[in-house]
Amino acid sequence: MTALTLLPFFPLFSFLILIIFSKRLNWQLATVIALSGVGLSFLASVLLINDLYAVSQSSDISAGVRESLWTWFMLGEHEVQVAFFLDPLSAVMIAVVTGVGWLIHGFAAAYMREDENYSRFMAYMNLFICAMLILVLADNLVLLYLGWEGVGLCSFLLIGFWYQEPGNAIAARKAFIVTRIGDTLLALGLFYLFLETNTLNIQEILAQQDSSPLSSEAAWWIALLLLGGAVGKSAQLPLHTWLPDAMAGPTPVSALIHAATMVTAGVYLIARMQGVYLQAPDILNLVAWTGSLTLLIAGIAALAQEDIKRVLAYSTMSQIGYMMLGLGAGANVAAITHLMTHAFFKALLFLTAGAIILAAHHQQNIFHMGGLLKRMPLISILFVIGIAALIAFPGTSGFVSKEAIIGQLWQSPTAGPAFWWMAILGAFITSLYSFRLVFITFFGQYRGQHELHPQRHFLLLVPLCMLAVLAILGGYIPTNLEQVFVAVDAPDSQSPSWLHSVAIGLPLVAIVVAYVIYFPRANATEPVPGKGSLYRFSRNGLGFDATYDALLVKPFVKLAKLNRHDAIDLLVQLISWNAFTWNSAAKAIQSGRLRWYAATLGIGTIILLLGVML
Amino acid sequence: MILTNIIAILMLVALVSLIIGSKFSRSLPYLAAGSVVLCFFLLARFASNNHDIFHQAMPLLSVPWITSLGIDYATFIDSLSFILVALTLILALVCILVSVNEIQHHHNFYYFNLLTALAGIIGVFAAADLFLFFFFWEVMLLPMTALIAIWGHENRRYAAIKFFIFTQVSSLLMLVAIIIMAFIHQQQFGEISFNYFDWQRLNLSMPLQYWLMLGFFIAFAVKLPSFPFHTWLPDAHTQAPTAGSVLLAGVLLKTGAYGLMRFVLPLFEQATVEFAPIAIALGVISIIYGAVMAFAQSDFKRLVAYSSISHMGFVTLALFSFSSIAYHGAIVTIVAHGLSSAALFSMAGILYQRLHTRELSKMGGLFASAPRMGGMLLVFVAAAFGMPGLLNFVGEFMTLTGTFASHPVATVLAATAMIGSAIYGMYLFQGSFQGKPHAGVQIADLLAHEWLLCGLLFALLLYLGLFPQSLLMHFEAIYPAANITVTGGKL
Repeated sequence: MTALTLLPFFPLFSFLILIIFSKRLNWQLATVIALSGVGLSFLASVLLINDLYAVSQSSDISAGVRESLWTWFMLGEHEVQVAFFLDPLSAVMIAVVTGVGWLIHGFAAAYMREDENYSRFMAYMNLFICAMLILVLADNLVLLYLGWEGVGLCSFLLIGFWYQEPGNAIAARKAFIVTRIGDTLLALGLFYLFLETNTLNIQEILAQQDSSPLSSEAAWWIALLLLGGAVGKSAQLPLHTWLPDAMAGPTPVSALIHAATMVTAGVYLIARMQGVYLQAPDILNLVAWTGSLTLLIAGIAALAQEDIKRVLAYSTMSQIGYMMLGLGAGANVAAITHLMTHAFFKALLFLTAGAIILAAHHQQNIFHMGGLLKRMPLISILFVIGIAALIAFPGTSGFVSKEAIIGQLWQSPTAGPAFWWMAILGAFITSLYSFRLVFITFFGQYRGQHELHPQRHFLLLVPLCMLAVLAILGGYIPTNLEQVFVAVDAPDSQSPSWLHSVAIGLPLVAIVVAYVIYFPRANATEPVPGKGSLYRFSRNGLGFDATYDALLVKPFVKLAKLNRHDAIDLLVQLISWNAFTWNSAAKAIQSGRLRWYAATLGIGTIILLLGVML
Repeated sequence: MILTNIIAILMLVALVSLIIGSKFSRSLPYLAAGSVVLCFFLLARFASNNHDIFHQAMPLLSVPWITSLGIDYATFIDSLSFILVALTLILALVCILVSVNEIQHHHNFYYFNLLTALAGIIGVFAAADLFLFFFFWEVMLLPMTALIAIWGHENRRYAAIKFFIFTQVSSLLMLVAIIIMAFIHQQQFGEISFNYFDWQRLNLSMPLQYWLMLGFFIAFAVKLPSFPFHTWLPDAHTQAPTAGSVLLAGVLLKTGAYGLMRFVLPLFEQATVEFAPIAIALGVISIIYGAVMAFAQSDFKRLVAYSSISHMGFVTLALFSFSSIAYHGAIVTIVAHGLSSAALFSMAGILYQRLHTRELSKMGGLFASAPRMGGMLLVFVAAAFGMPGLLNFVGEFMTLTGTFASHPVATVLAATAMIGSAIYGMYLFQGSFQGKPHAGVQIADLLAHEWLLCGLLFALLLYLGLFPQSLLMHFEAIYPAANITVTGGKL
């Protein structure tokens, strides 16, 4: 057993221990078990990545390590194996999943300390890490699908962790079913891929693209279907509506699943299958469109949110939009780097938000906060560091990755200047909603009803500080991603010289605009949420939920309830009704009374005679 | 001898419990469980001794029965019947475990019926003579009807009669087809024969073959059940005692699938190819209709019953697509659905004993008082909606991968059931275990024997889900329609 085969299973062991003993474990013991499960995975990741790095230094072919455990099942001649594959792309993913995951686990241990189902919570978190590691390490698409469904199930369990609140249960169900639509498309993509390539092994599929590529029609469909899976999991248009509601889960869950790891699985999938996407430039263009529209729509929706976590949720959607846009433009290295840096700063933002929520007695409305800079200075500074990375402030990790994406848009054959403009507009909006959040939350007067109770547990603060360091410096971590991806040749035309300065400058301008609009003045009235219909429209996520509800959910439920008693069964009952009716009619005739028989005899004779005569 | 021995043991214990069982009704479950375990042990020993033999059909005991009509008592075994007999015996144990606290009266007659039904089902899987097959087909029907009619819920008589009429009428069609086949054998080979292996030599002309195939198909489609012959199932399931539901969903439905695989596909090759588009359409309609109907139910058992229709639709789809991958998928689905639906019905029974209701609206929030039961229910629901790692996923995935090549549209439609099953699965789990608990509703968590049955089913679903090859490795040889060129039957 090498480190690679054990890597995903450490959290599984700790999950089993936690779920079996659950309430019999006290907080300390449960914490040690949960943290050591993920921690061992993290150590194994570090070792493996070191080895991988050493190998790639000595030879220049893109090296990967493969470990096969057993044959899962056979599809005709093709063996679907339970096997793991590590290359620089999955190395980045496991580093993020185990590293950020570990920090979030530490934070969660402090955050959920008082919960009576603490062990169960940590067990689900461990199980999630296991499923996510299987997803990113899977050497074939069926095993990837196992991880894909596994993270979905854990996401369901964790969103609905406080299941007694009906709203949470509904949000959990919505997340599961909406992503399941994407999963089904993904599964169809796998069927099509198998039909065309006769294998589901990722490396074999990619190798085939060099020798005997997919026909363009097949590539078009397969790329489209895989994109369907990706938009479901990564909360992109049009399957994005589950993510804001998923904030019903405890805040560490939002940080781990709905910001740093699971929601980026779609990005990982598309990056992983780059060879297939290169055969379908139309779909790459569609990926770019999906990303850019999502980043704009999510940004606009974020401008009108009142719940601190919902702002961050829409912001996550929008940042994943950037990653999609990068993938669509062929800037895969930049997109995956942004995935990594986003994991750092968005986890930081969610966790600091969690610390604020904890201090404010589970108050999440930013209009009931305010003035937190003076009352919780450390947390506030950490939050602002996260925000700086989010808006790609020069010098932060977000700057490195986001500028890399934006810089490649103008010349990309599958994107172009229009996408560049959308990305820039998106960056402007990002900055605007970020500083709206900062100004309303941290400045002015404190508006909450309860006194703040900041927690100072070291498990709460240490992960935050480490994430803050990563949010600043994380962009400079070497990734070797160039070995995995095919560089897309851009035409040699010169892009205008002002591109960079506009891209860097516009977010800074937005800070000033936000200051003018949102900064609480000393003698002005308290900030209040907007009242206009446009504000309400964007607060409700630009009406997607209402539309789906009216067009899909309601008709489905109505149709199903309408046929509750099964129309087919009514036909069957018609037969039995006939039998019973004729039976009672016939019984009525057999009354046993002589007069009745004589009368019918007479009438019958008369009818017969009449019939003969006429 | 092996299957005959198993049938004999079960019948013997059934008679013992009927005649003298009323004197020791408390220990009857132990007796029944003991006999089932013994049978399982015999089967396992047989399998380990004959590891490589039953890739192909292996004839077992055969003695003349009604010589003037050429009817023999002839049995045989191959991988398919082995797996189904093993599944039957495992679920028999589950049936006995769920009956322990549930059955309150006429214990001796109850176990007589249960064991006779089991013997009949195993007989169906063992028979190599079609007359014998039909005999066992009826043997399993009568005790099953009795189980529903005597120990069922409030509307049991209606459900029992409906079940009886549906299966009886459809099996009459099959009887006619069986007799005609025997006479055709007489025409072509000079002597009357009901033997399955003799029939494989028959040369059937086309329109006749089609009608004979239809006679078999309808009988099996009612059992499966396929749309539009499914309406007996929700009533029968809902009204049956828990063990009856487990037996119905777990193995009785599988006799329909077994019939399709054993008789319809190999004996009427030409007719099935011609009939395939209709069968596939019925399969797809069953899949979607079952899933939508399941969501519309408010009764726990009715919901699971409709989900069975949806899952068995996958079997029809797989078998009539003539793809060997899908054929393997059908085998996996049969086992997977047997285990997972048995588990869900057991859950329904366990909840009914505590709450005396099957209405989801009267449940809710049970996770607070019974977290382990909730966890188990979640696992079984996850199995039903095709969570990878559990067996049902492998079946669905192989089926759809196999059918996609020849029937892409049907596959896409069938795949929507992956969404549908998630919807009704979530509805079931959340309706019963999440949300606010009703005031004062406290239920006991799983008891020891309930743990045993849940653990058994979970372990099997997980083990086979991760190592489905242990189920499939013997099936390379017996795919029957491999020589059919898939030309007809595109949808």
